[in-house]
Amino acid sequence: MDYRNIWTMAEAQNGKLKEVSFELLSRGRALADKLNESLVSVVIGNNIDKEQLDQLIFRGADEVLVVEDESLDDFIVETYSNVLVDMIKEMKPNIILAAATVNGRTLMPHVAMRIHTGLTADCTDLDIEKDTKNLLQTRPAIGGNILATIKTPQHRPQMATVRPKSSKPLELDPNRTGKIRYIEFDRSLLDNRVRKLEARHDQDRNINIQESDVVVAGGKGMKKAENFAMLQELADRLGGVVGASRDAVDRGWAVYPQQVGLSGKTVTPKLYMAVGISGAIQHLAGMKTSEIIVAINSDPDAAIFKVSDFGITGDLFDVLPLLIKKLNEEVKA
Amino acid sequence: MDIIVLIKQVPETSNVKMDPNTGTMVRDGVESIINPLDLYAIEVGLQLKEEHGGKVTAVTMGPPSASKALKEAIAMGCDEGVLITDRKFAGSDTWSTAYILSAAIKKIGNYDIVLAGERATDGDTGQVGPNIAACLDLPLGTYISRIDKTDCDKIIVERLLEEGYEKLEMPLPALLTVVKEISFPRLPTLRGKQRAKKTELIVFSAENLELDENLTGLRGSPTRVVKIESPKVMRNGIMLSAKDEDQLEDAVNKLVEFLKTKEII
Ligand SMILES: Cc1cc2nc3c(=O)[nH]c(=O)nc-3n(C[C@H](O)[C@H](O)[C@H](O)COP(=O)(O)OP(=O)(O)OC[C@H]3O[C@@H](n4cnc5c(N)ncnc54)[C@H](O)[C@@H]3O)c2cc1C
Ligand SMILES: Nc1ncnc2c1ncn2[C@@H]1O[C@H](COP(=O)(O)O)[C@@H](O)[C@H]1O
Repeated sequence: MDYRNIWTMAEAQNGKLKEVSFELLSRGRALADKLNESLVSVVIGNNIDKEQLDQLIFRGADEVLVVEDESLDDFIVETYSNVLVDMIKEMKPNIILAAATVNGRTLMPHVAMRIHTGLTADCTDLDIEKDTKNLLQTRPAIGGNILATIKTPQHRPQMATVRPKSSKPLELDPNRTGKIRYIEFDRSLLDNRVRKLEARHDQDRNINIQESDVVVAGGKGMKKAENFAMLQELADRLGGVVGASRDAVDRGWAVYPQQVGLSGKTVTPKLYMAVGISGAIQHLAGMKTSEIIVAINSDPDAAIFKVSDFGITGDLFDVLPLLIKKLNEEVKA
Repeated sequence: MDIIVLIKQVPETSNVKMDPNTGTMVRDGVESIINPLDLYAIEVGLQLKEEHGGKVTAVTMGPPSASKALKEAIAMGCDEGVLITDRKFAGSDTWSTAYILSAAIKKIGNYDIVLAGERATDGDTGQVGPNIAACLDLPLGTYISRIDKTDCDKIIVERLLEEGYEKLEMPLPALLTVVKEISFPRLPTLRGKQRAKKTELIVFSAENLELDENLTGLRGSPTRVVKIESPKVMRNGIMLSAKDEDQLEDAVNKLVEFLKTKEII
């Protein structure tokens, strides 16, 4: 098989590259070095300035392939898929990594189907198998209860989406050099069926719990919506965002994009703080791979304590105000 | 408006066992339910039917016992149930599953909207919906949180993003994957249950479908599971209690210290 090189898909929004584009490069770099192949960052979008493209090189890419057009301003899966499929057929990459974001998890399966290859969703670990040089893709499945390692032995490219925040970008190295290449595309590849009419970035919906280093989550123990203000205050002190259990979302104390768990989002922040959350298996599925877990609960037998690095058994209405007060003093000191 | 809803049968609990040799799930002895996220798709289908007329067909691929999921969907209000079942299909990954479901959808024909859940709670990939849209070349909307407007040839939907929402307009037929926000699933009714008992399911096997059997089942699947591990969950962390003022003070102080050593603050 003459498939070579590792591609990572950069993600842009309004002409700005998202952090995850750089996280993918650090994943890709490790694989490229093991295989002795080139690392290529693929940018599909519009108006991405040269400085940002340089950043991709400084953070690990050997080459940047840019496809730019006004019509690529908006993510329309059919169009992006047409462009990417075309590039894959022409350039035959060995591995393609994309972010396990809303758009990455839409584009990659669309592309994988059309070029008839395997795709592994939401990987947390990637490696190269010694003898075969196949990509080993590890992902949590069944609500995080198992880790499955998957490979794509007979088909190329090998494709995976990678969980955001599961790796850190490489240190910026301004001495790294690489090629930036603009790719022409045939306008017949534009999809004219789906049209984006508008985007709405609601204030209270503007919470990306998967991107944040700190998530302070509340459950039924919070008793009512107003009490979530305390969590917000705590989250603000810690530079984080507020998440919630399903019970809290179902009661309308928080919105669905804040829900952590099996039927909500999976988060892997540096710190996850569970306040008044019992730790039902479906909730644990969404947060138990967090780096540090802190729990506050009045029930010493709450399941959440089993996965906690630090637990306080007590009334959250005592603990939270005091904790916020102490943190405020820390800031002043 | 004719609607196809794709539903998957999944194990009841998230505590299922895996066969370490094959890397597939041990389904014996585990109660099965409709993938909870597919209930929202069923509900949307039923609402569209109530508004525009037509019929809702629930489709599932799985072992013969998956007929239970279809009966449940009918009890909720779906008109028909299609079971796609064949030994040859066992072990299909998302590519092959989508390939087989696409063949079935083609055979059913005459649909305006195909609905799927955001993802299944067992495999947890969320790939089958977009796969099928690609296979059938249907316009695709993923993570749909609201249907704004629809008539017989076009639909306007809202899509949930990381940072908000976007509105998309597309012609029908189209495929939508839906998120929880879109609806509140109804419960099966007694009358529905009785109707479900009487409704004969449509069954497709490999022979009934136009497909290349080499592309189905384990043989046709590009991916292979090579290893299954159970990560350990117990962390044995520090536990403090805050039953009185002194304990409270001490516990919170220690928590602040802890956060400092972990460089959170
Ligand atoms: C198919 C399926 C999918 C699901 N998906 C999800 C999901 O994605 N996310 C999710 O979170 N859940 C999910 N659930 C629901 C899950 O099973 C639990 O019901 C839910 O997580 C419980 O939420 P909770 O911890 O907030 O509430 P509870 O379980 O009621 O826990 C409240 C906790 O607060 C404590 N508490 C009460 N008062 C105080 C106080 N004053 N001080 C301190 N502590 C206090 C209590 O001791 C208790 O432990 C799902 C369920 C199913 C069946
Ligand atoms: N075997 C199946 N039969 C019918 N629908 C399925 C099947 N597998 C997946 N789906 C549909 O595709 C969605 C995503 O599933 P998955 O890609 O497995 O996470 C599900 O919510 C279902 O709507």
